[in-house]
Amino acid sequence: MKNGIIKPAFLIFFLMTTLTATAQTSGGSSSNYFTYALIAVTALILIGVVLRVSDNLLRIEAQQVGVNAKGRDFSIFPRIGNLFQSTSPAYTNNEPITFLRKGHDILLEGEAKQIIDEESQRNTFAIQPQNFFGMSPIPKVVPEVGASIKAGDVLFFDKKRPDIKYVSPVSGEIIDVKRGAKRSIAEIIILKDKEIQYRSFDSFDIEGASREELVNYLLESGVWPFFRQRPYNLVAEQSDVPANIFVSTFDSAPLAPDLNFVVQGKEAAFQKGLDVLGKLTSGKVYLGLNARAKGAPSPAFTRATGVEKRWFNGPHPSGNVGIQIHHIAPVDGNRKAWTVNVQDLITIGTLFMEGKYDASRVIALTGAELSEPKYVQTYIGASIGDLLKNNISGENASRIISGDVLSGKQKTTDGFLDYFDDQVTVVKEGDYYEMFGWLLPIAPRPSISKTFPNFLYPKYKFTPDTNTHGEKRAFVVTGQYEKVLPMDIFPQHLMKSIIVNDFERMEGLGIYELVEEDVALCEFVCTSKQPLQSILREGLDAMIEQG
Amino acid sequence: MGLLKFLQKIEPDKKKSPLLHTLYDGFFTFAFSPNSTTKGGVHIRDGMDLKRTMVHVVIALQLCYIFGTYNIGHQHFVALGVHTGFIEAIHLKLAYGLIQILPIFVVTHLVGLGIEFWYAAKKGHAIEEGFLVSGALIPLIMPPDIPMWILALSVAFAVWIGKEAFGGTGMNILNIALLARVFVFFAYPTTISGDHVWVSTFLQPLTDPEGNMMYTEAGEVMLGSMKATAGSFAEYGWWHLSFFNGLFESMGLDTFQAGAMVVDGYTGATPMGIAAKGSWEDVTNVYTTSQMWWGTIPGSIGETSKPAILVGAAFLLLTGIASWRIMVSMILGCATMGLLLNAWGATEFMLVPWYYQFYIGSFFFAMAFMATDPVTAASTNRGKWIYGFLIGMVGLIIRVLNPAYPEGWMLAILFMNVFAPLIDHYVIEANIKRRAKRSAALEAASA
Repeated sequence: MKNGIIKPAFLIFFLMTTLTATAQTSGGSSSNYFTYALIAVTALILIGVVLRVSDNLLRIEAQQVGVNAKGRDFSIFPRIGNLFQSTSPAYTNNEPITFLRKGHDILLEGEAKQIIDEESQRNTFAIQPQNFFGMSPIPKVVPEVGASIKAGDVLFFDKKRPDIKYVSPVSGEIIDVKRGAKRSIAEIIILKDKEIQYRSFDSFDIEGASREELVNYLLESGVWPFFRQRPYNLVAEQSDVPANIFVSTFDSAPLAPDLNFVVQGKEAAFQKGLDVLGKLTSGKVYLGLNARAKGAPSPAFTRATGVEKRWFNGPHPSGNVGIQIHHIAPVDGNRKAWTVNVQDLITIGTLFMEGKYDASRVIALTGAELSEPKYVQTYIGASIGDLLKNNISGENASRIISGDVLSGKQKTTDGFLDYFDDQVTVVKEGDYYEMFGWLLPIAPRPSISKTFPNFLYPKYKFTPDTNTHGEKRAFVVTGQYEKVLPMDIFPQHLMKSIIVNDFERMEGLGIYELVEEDVALCEFVCTSKQPLQSILREGLDAMIEQG
Repeated sequence: MGLLKFLQKIEPDKKKSPLLHTLYDGFFTFAFSPNSTTKGGVHIRDGMDLKRTMVHVVIALQLCYIFGTYNIGHQHFVALGVHTGFIEAIHLKLAYGLIQILPIFVVTHLVGLGIEFWYAAKKGHAIEEGFLVSGALIPLIMPPDIPMWILALSVAFAVWIGKEAFGGTGMNILNIALLARVFVFFAYPTTISGDHVWVSTFLQPLTDPEGNMMYTEAGEVMLGSMKATAGSFAEYGWWHLSFFNGLFESMGLDTFQAGAMVVDGYTGATPMGIAAKGSWEDVTNVYTTSQMWWGTIPGSIGETSKPAILVGAAFLLLTGIASWRIMVSMILGCATMGLLLNAWGATEFMLVPWYYQFYIGSFFFAMAFMATDPVTAASTNRGKWIYGFLIGMVGLIIRVLNPAYPEGWMLAILFMNVFAPLIDHYVIEANIKRRAKRSAALEAASA
């Protein structure tokens, strides 16, 4: 917005200097006009300053008498920002709303149609221990290969933290434990029964029980890994009491599933999950809602009780819970917050309502390379091959991604959906040469640069490919990361401090507030094609090691 | 795609001939975007890369090149007192300018790219695009008569000491193009300062200290220096007299006249040179403000025409390549300092109306293309405001208050280049402090 005002002002300034200068040459008397103009401008600025100061005094006064000034305006004159700011939609009910102007929506072809496919058979499922940051390479696998297990039975645990159980999403037979590099355990593969057998849990009275009992119940039933801790995005420590718990009810990433659609019919379980969260934190449970859509979000979110609602209006990454935490109650080295995904919270809620570990998930199959992008009903850790059977259309080589195109992981059809993902994206591989591609690109491509005509067609949906569109270079361009990261953080300086291993700087510049998905858009726009997400993870790992 | 196959076939061996391979790689990636795909991290990438960024700056400079070429010729003929109209004998002016500017352009690139290629081969990395812009800028900020060996030396100094010694593109502290110019400025001051270097190319009979003409042993008048003063005459070579004259004659156009003399009373001083010594009236006696605005005045090759530069600046702003913060704050800084100096008014130069300070010298060129170099400018948005504002102020101080240096922007920008990391440091420290304070406040609220 600042941008929008200052650029025209700059042009007017130019015009003024030109005009006055030409006036000067034509005659001496016209210099008076210039003086008058100068006086007028000075007077205007003076009035503005007086207004601004009195305004701020009013705010300070309001703060002192304890009026919540956030989102309200005490001044007689509207602030410039308010004039241009889109007003908050009616469905926000005047709850606190944060406008985020930085960021960028990458519009892609291949959005999932809002139908849920429940028919297709999905046979194999796998839990991948390396989906959890900080997991030791070889966790203790409980059942033998060939054993049959129920949904909710313990699959494995980390020997460093044996209380946290990782359980099976489905019932069936363990058919394989695949090993990766250095004999680390990569996948524990389960062949699903036709009808899922659930391990039954005793019902649990949330109101009557102590926090410790609740924690033990959550650990035992295998839903604990859904709680992830900021900083670092690790599975939460059971001994910690988080300052706050955050749930983002919308995903702004490219082609991300519409959580309003996903949550349909599960409103009660979602609310139950929120009630559980309320018992776990010493602070508040914050729900981040999308104030940008035309219609109101699902009533599951808008009518949720026992939580603080915070609305966010802005492009991606406004739906990232890390961005929302930054604007609500930031974390640091000592203040930890927890985050839970919406569908994971529904599983927690179902546990408390029905006494079973129901790992069912609605997954969005997206991307321009699919013949039929849609939602499917399945379980955590579904086989990619099963999910995409007879659905990949292109003859071109395509890349399968568990997650979105920005922060997802590359998979093959032999692979499995990652634990926290609710989306599969398939895009074209971009291993082609392009003549003068850097100067005269043939096909349209997503970009935030105004050297492409993209900004003239804000609604155009791109069909992207995985070409890097250039080679890796040293950091040259400045200020471009800041344009897409709606946080008070200097990403480039933070990255440089990580590269040189300057811990004090990393901490000072706010490494605690970021995880990979938050800088993914910065990595996307990077002119120098730097791998920011992996740099950040290196920094986070180093910080964990330092303690 | 026949070309692609051919290019792939002739790829030289990287181990046997690294320099050749580097050259090949540079050319290949110029012709074809490589087929590399994303690995780890994001799966799709923005279409923008460094090549595209750099080439847009070069595109923005094209009007300056065209006008600069014209103006070299125009000033030459103004000195001779013929074809003084703007479009009079435009073919001669462009031809003359081309003969002057092409060698400068070629030498700059041969030396600069040569060093760049050599380092790329030696270090085993791809050729970086930094010199694309530096190489386009350097010819525009040189006087039209710069001797080639001085130019080569300055470019070598800038690229070698200024860039490669620091680790290549993106690592330099000082602006490469300005470093080349400042090298000439301090090492060979007579070729880049004074009243006589901005108009090319003239020979003058040499005189001994007593003022007598000097003769060679063969009895011919000894000629030297390139000064456009009364009594000196135009120097034309084969290209002028044979190539272009032949061409123009066949088309029935005006031709170069060998032995043309500079008109009496001609000085060749730039508006700024006059302003530094006299009053604004002295300047307007020689040049009108519209001449200064449109750029038909002597000066460095590409910096005289304000509209040509501003069109380039607008292009950079619209495409978002250059920082508008630096440009705006630099104008504000210069205007502020100009007003202050007007108020002070101790010397004639201080009394030059502040808005005319934009008309003389190379403020706009420095603003649009030099100060906005992202590598050497401040890297934080707040820092950019401070950086630009201070360049505007310091530059005008040097221009007006310093008797030794004729123009301030080169030195002001290099000066602020050095200070940019310091500015950034304080901006970042403020961010760190703000975060610490916020943490403490949240801690206190929850406790």
